[in-house]
Amino acid sequence: MADAILEVRELSVEYLTRGEPAHAVEKVSFDLSPGEFLGIVGESGCGKSTLLFAIAQLLSPPAQISAGEVVFKGRNMVQMTDRQLRTVRWKDYSVVMQSAMNALNPVKSIAAQFGDAMEAHGTRSKVTIAARSREVLALVGIDPVHLESFPHQLSGGMRQRAMIAMALLFSPELVVMDEPTSALDVVAQRSLMVQIKELQRELGFAIIFVTHDMSLVSHFSDRLVVMYAGQVAELGPTAEVFDDPLHPYTIGLLEAFPSIHGPKVHLEGVPGSPPDLSALPSGCHFHPRCAKAMPLCSSVEPALYTIGDRHVRCLLHQGDGTCSE
Amino acid sequence: MTESPVTESPAAGNPVAGTAVLETKALTKHFRIGGMRGHTLHAVDAFSMRIDEREIVALVGESGSGKSTVARLLAMVFRPTGGEITFRGRPLGELRSRREVLAYRSQVPMVFQDPFSSLNPSHTIGHVMLRGLKLHRPELNRTERQAEAEQVLEAVGLVPARQALAKYPYEMSGGQRQRVGFAQALSYRPKLVLADEPVSMLDVSIRVGLLNLMARLRDEQGVSLLYITHDIASARYVSDRVVVMYGGHLVEQGPSEEVLHNPVHPYTKLLLSAVPDPRARISISSADIGEPPRVVDPGEGCRFRWRCPVAVDVCSHVTPVLTRCSPAHDAACHVAAAPAGS
Repeated sequence: MADAILEVRELSVEYLTRGEPAHAVEKVSFDLSPGEFLGIVGESGCGKSTLLFAIAQLLSPPAQISAGEVVFKGRNMVQMTDRQLRTVRWKDYSVVMQSAMNALNPVKSIAAQFGDAMEAHGTRSKVTIAARSREVLALVGIDPVHLESFPHQLSGGMRQRAMIAMALLFSPELVVMDEPTSALDVVAQRSLMVQIKELQRELGFAIIFVTHDMSLVSHFSDRLVVMYAGQVAELGPTAEVFDDPLHPYTIGLLEAFPSIHGPKVHLEGVPGSPPDLSALPSGCHFHPRCAKAMPLCSSVEPALYTIGDRHVRCLLHQGDGTCSE
Repeated sequence: MTESPVTESPAAGNPVAGTAVLETKALTKHFRIGGMRGHTLHAVDAFSMRIDEREIVALVGESGSGKSTVARLLAMVFRPTGGEITFRGRPLGELRSRREVLAYRSQVPMVFQDPFSSLNPSHTIGHVMLRGLKLHRPELNRTERQAEAEQVLEAVGLVPARQALAKYPYEMSGGQRQRVGFAQALSYRPKLVLADEPVSMLDVSIRVGLLNLMARLRDEQGVSLLYITHDIASARYVSDRVVVMYGGHLVEQGPSEEVLHNPVHPYTKLLLSAVPDPRARISISSADIGEPPRVVDPGEGCRFRWRCPVAVDVCSHVTPVLTRCSPAHDAACHVAAAPAGS
């Protein structure tokens, strides 16, 4: 895709420890088109948040990008200095963090925090700041009187909305979200998702949305990345991944959700637990938990095979597709 | 707030199949907040429910609905402001000595939400389990305690048990730690296990295993469970009966399948529509932004009326009573469950 707004190329991240470095992200590649909604799902410890931080250039030691590129609007951000990054951050891409409860400064009003962000990026006029702050707050459905409110005076849902409003201050082309709804109740969670989607339709920004809850993004994302042990296990259009999952891990994840519709069926989930990233199993990282593992799986590491517009890292599909690595 | 008429409703007092292990009658817990201004937070109001033998009851509601307060009242962490809890026919208010309270706690243990902070990190699983056994099962000697600890660990699927006993919490995954929580509860030979969001901190692939474990404990060990959750889909999966709370009130209860397929209360309907399900069409708008219930000095009236799509005049000044809509299925709503008898 030549018109991609973001290209992630063979991105790897290591956590330097006293022993073996932990490979939190291993050779992850994907493109993001303008206005696309990409969901990244996986369990805790699969590297999804680390990947997100690596894309946003927010990693701090002991984590470091060990290889790969993050090309945003034609420029490789991995090579940029902090000074260069500052001109891009928040203006061209912004981040919504997981715990809006704690991401807002508790001793400053919402207006002051919005003002800080705008001043830091070169907006000096008080009038412009006030007008834009009111505008973005109204955009996310919060009455602008709450500009004078302090975070503790807002509910969890409102705080999360305020965070999203803050991320939209400069009309960025990409908003990166790390489980923004995980602290909310189901109803609030659902309505926030609908609203994020509506905002996206209206303003046209692209979204990378990280979550552990696969069913949450099912109705909203255009494409889905399923991560396991730092690698892309499966990548494809969301509807296809849900209707016809290729990777045994994806199948297991989908079968782990009890449904409120249809007959009550017995579920098994995925037995075992995610691997330790500094002592990964040989061969396919998933084989110790895989219901379809073959003898070959413990010795041969599968590549990411491409089948049409879908990608899957599983030896079962070795013959179906072409290797992209 | 006057005494709610819930206890006089046709729902309570009706004979239900099975024997009650635990029953609450008009259970109420208020917290005084705001210092001199003297506001009262109504965490739980006139809450009447029962849990039968060998039954898993799911208590469903969002943050602020009072479900965890109910759990803490049942665990005797809080004293009720009003109402009564009866355990196997005996009111908890009658428990006087420390011994009686301890005996109750070992029969009604609690499993906590966060398996990462509920186990002492500086002791092995064995140390923690054997100490609990020493306290709650004084009749056992050292070898019997060891044998009992191994047996319950095996019952929750931690095999080999001898190895599990030697481990420290950090050597275990979240799912394994939560199994230790259930094993601990089980070792006291409980009648009823209070499980407050036991799987919400765990990964999706591991959750189902724990839910299956809860069903197995009911079937093989004969314990009852109160499963507190905000996830109505998992409630359906594991529970026999569902109790839905909103703003401290019980708004709907009944057999799981019945409540899920024929929800009566608008809040239950809203909860069901919000469940993300890739196999179903999306049906919620962003109109309801999930505001927490208003429970500080709430006064009379239905507490859901601020968010309710079908609210009428009467909802703002009369608290709806629990009314039977179909066998064993009750709801408290002026509109959806029009009282038949009053």
